[in-house]
Amino acid sequence: MARFEIPYRGCLANDGTLCGELPAFGADTELLRDLYRTMVRARTFDTKAVNLQRTGKLGTYPSCLGHEATHVGAGAAMRTEDVMFTVYREVGSKLWRGVDMLDILLYWGGDERGTIYQRNTQDFPFCIPIGSQMPHAAGAALSFQIRGEPRCALVFIGDGGTSQGAFYEALNLAGTKSLPLVCVIVNNRWAISVPVETQTASQTLAQKAIAAGIPGQQVDGNDVLIVREVVGEALERARQGGGPSVIEALTYRLSDHTTSDDATRYRRAEEVAAAQRLEPIGRMRRFLEARGLWSEAQEEQLRRESAAQVDAAVKQYLATPRQSSDTMFDYLFAQLPVGLRAQREDARRYAAPTS
Amino acid sequence: MAKITMVEAINLAHAWEMAEDPSVVVLGEDVGVNGGVFRATAGLQQRFGKSRVQDMPLAEGLIAGTAIGMAAQGLRPIAEIQFMGFIYPALDQIASHMARLRNRTRGRLSCPLVLRMPHGGGIHAPEHHSESLETLLCHHPGLRVVCPCTPTRAYGLLLASIRDPDPVIFLEPVRLYRYARQEVVDDGQALPIGNCHMLREGSDLTLVTWGAMTVDSLKAAEQVATDGISCEVIDVSTLSPIDFETILTSVVKTGRLLIVHEAPRTVGVGAEIAATVAEQALYDLHAPIRRVTGYDTVMPLYRLEHEYIPGVARILDGIRATVGD
Repeated sequence: MARFEIPYRGCLANDGTLCGELPAFGADTELLRDLYRTMVRARTFDTKAVNLQRTGKLGTYPSCLGHEATHVGAGAAMRTEDVMFTVYREVGSKLWRGVDMLDILLYWGGDERGTIYQRNTQDFPFCIPIGSQMPHAAGAALSFQIRGEPRCALVFIGDGGTSQGAFYEALNLAGTKSLPLVCVIVNNRWAISVPVETQTASQTLAQKAIAAGIPGQQVDGNDVLIVREVVGEALERARQGGGPSVIEALTYRLSDHTTSDDATRYRRAEEVAAAQRLEPIGRMRRFLEARGLWSEAQEEQLRRESAAQVDAAVKQYLATPRQSSDTMFDYLFAQLPVGLRAQREDARRYAAPTS
Repeated sequence: MAKITMVEAINLAHAWEMAEDPSVVVLGEDVGVNGGVFRATAGLQQRFGKSRVQDMPLAEGLIAGTAIGMAAQGLRPIAEIQFMGFIYPALDQIASHMARLRNRTRGRLSCPLVLRMPHGGGIHAPEHHSESLETLLCHHPGLRVVCPCTPTRAYGLLLASIRDPDPVIFLEPVRLYRYARQEVVDDGQALPIGNCHMLREGSDLTLVTWGAMTVDSLKAAEQVATDGISCEVIDVSTLSPIDFETILTSVVKTGRLLIVHEAPRTVGVGAEIAATVAEQALYDLHAPIRRVTGYDTVMPLYRLEHEYIPGVARILDGIRATVGD
């Protein structure tokens, strides 16, 4: 009879003390501070993005509030040459991987140039159709395997996404071919209004890996140290030819699903308040402070710099003129088919001014 | 009588039929306590219970396929796809099974179900939330495809769709959900599927359109009326099968045809209408048939969506060019 176990790991307690062993990378105090700084930058950005939407300056925006440890920890575990496949909420992962705040604003501001990523040439842009990114990551991993490159694909998916066929299809492939793929399930407990208990009767989401012959484990998704550590271990294992992994990060969507949503319609304020007490940024700050790695002055400086960075990105975003109507056509193919030239001309004739 | 929006009319039609017919059930993503992301199913779970209004796991193929199984077992499912851009995983179920079950079992099994979804753009929504994909559905024999453009039509056509013995795809123009209010008599009266609706009578040109483009088309027709051009505006309303009789009668009368739709031009439903009119009424035409449509591009993100969606200016030029020929 087959028996399986889903381990759960955490190392940073909510009060900032260690409840497990400090990972080896913990010796790198600058890395610890960088993890914290990126989480704060992600949240500063997020707060501003929600405000921009509320004042009509940004389109619908899915807040990442509360997910910062999972997003930053997983992104930080990757090597530059690895490839990341996100859903649409992973601001912290994107920032760590060199995507500019301006890009993220442009994308949610209805401008395709927000997917160009000047400093990151391989990662896929945000992926809105739920679960559909999974096979792309498997395909990238298969290409690394075929070419014998020591690279990995890292793919995020939400709790809701694990209900899609594409999730199982991709994991199944990864299992059969022992692909260098790491799947991070960001279990934030809510798929818009549907709680994870309604999504699946599975006791954990990590155990969905077992059916594909892949090890699965859970981590405290509000603990940036354990996310960084466990995702790092999985990536290294995959890089050595050890095959894929599934890591379920347990966190909580502290915000509405998007700015178009009103979560008060379907979940209780007490639940959100309880989750709020476990949010990831305060915990990491308490940890750093207790170890003498962080001061009030550093905190003030970080807040000031983050706000300035966000403000600069917003300013640039708001000053970005709209693309011309030509751009609807110019990126459809490497070369525009002759038959479409007339339509491009037609669009020009009716186009509104771009600034 | 209170005036209500299209989304409220859709909600009323659900409630009427659920109260009348215990076999009517609702399923989809966030349709339960949340009442749907556009509020189309608001209050239904509270009123009719969790058994009849079911939140489904997040999988469009599952929703479409489950509805088929339920319908074949005698229920009348109304399934919601949250946005039309998310229909792709469901297409396998729609094309391979929903559209074919009656035919392949020679009538032993059938799919009396409604698959509802928002249609089109214009509301500053994110990527994949603004598509007009009716062609994908109209190309599959065995499906009815309905697209109302007012609250009263939405109410009556949804009731007809629920009562239809075959699968009906019900497209809800997203920018009309709350665009206008209308008095809707909540009396359970269905409107027939398969009929065009005359929105404006005229003698110089037949303008055929549907969904949210009816609004811009009527505005354009009104503007050219001041120049003495008389447009007849027809809402196709049922995109499959199309009521060609009404369209042909009008074209024979006016001698001119302009087709306006939001979906891309190539293999759009407009091409089918143009071909049929050319086949059956070519000698009644005084001018070439014209189309004003979305471009053959990916639906752009929202800052360019109004460069993509045909506006009044493009329709006006289409009318003037056709009348001038």
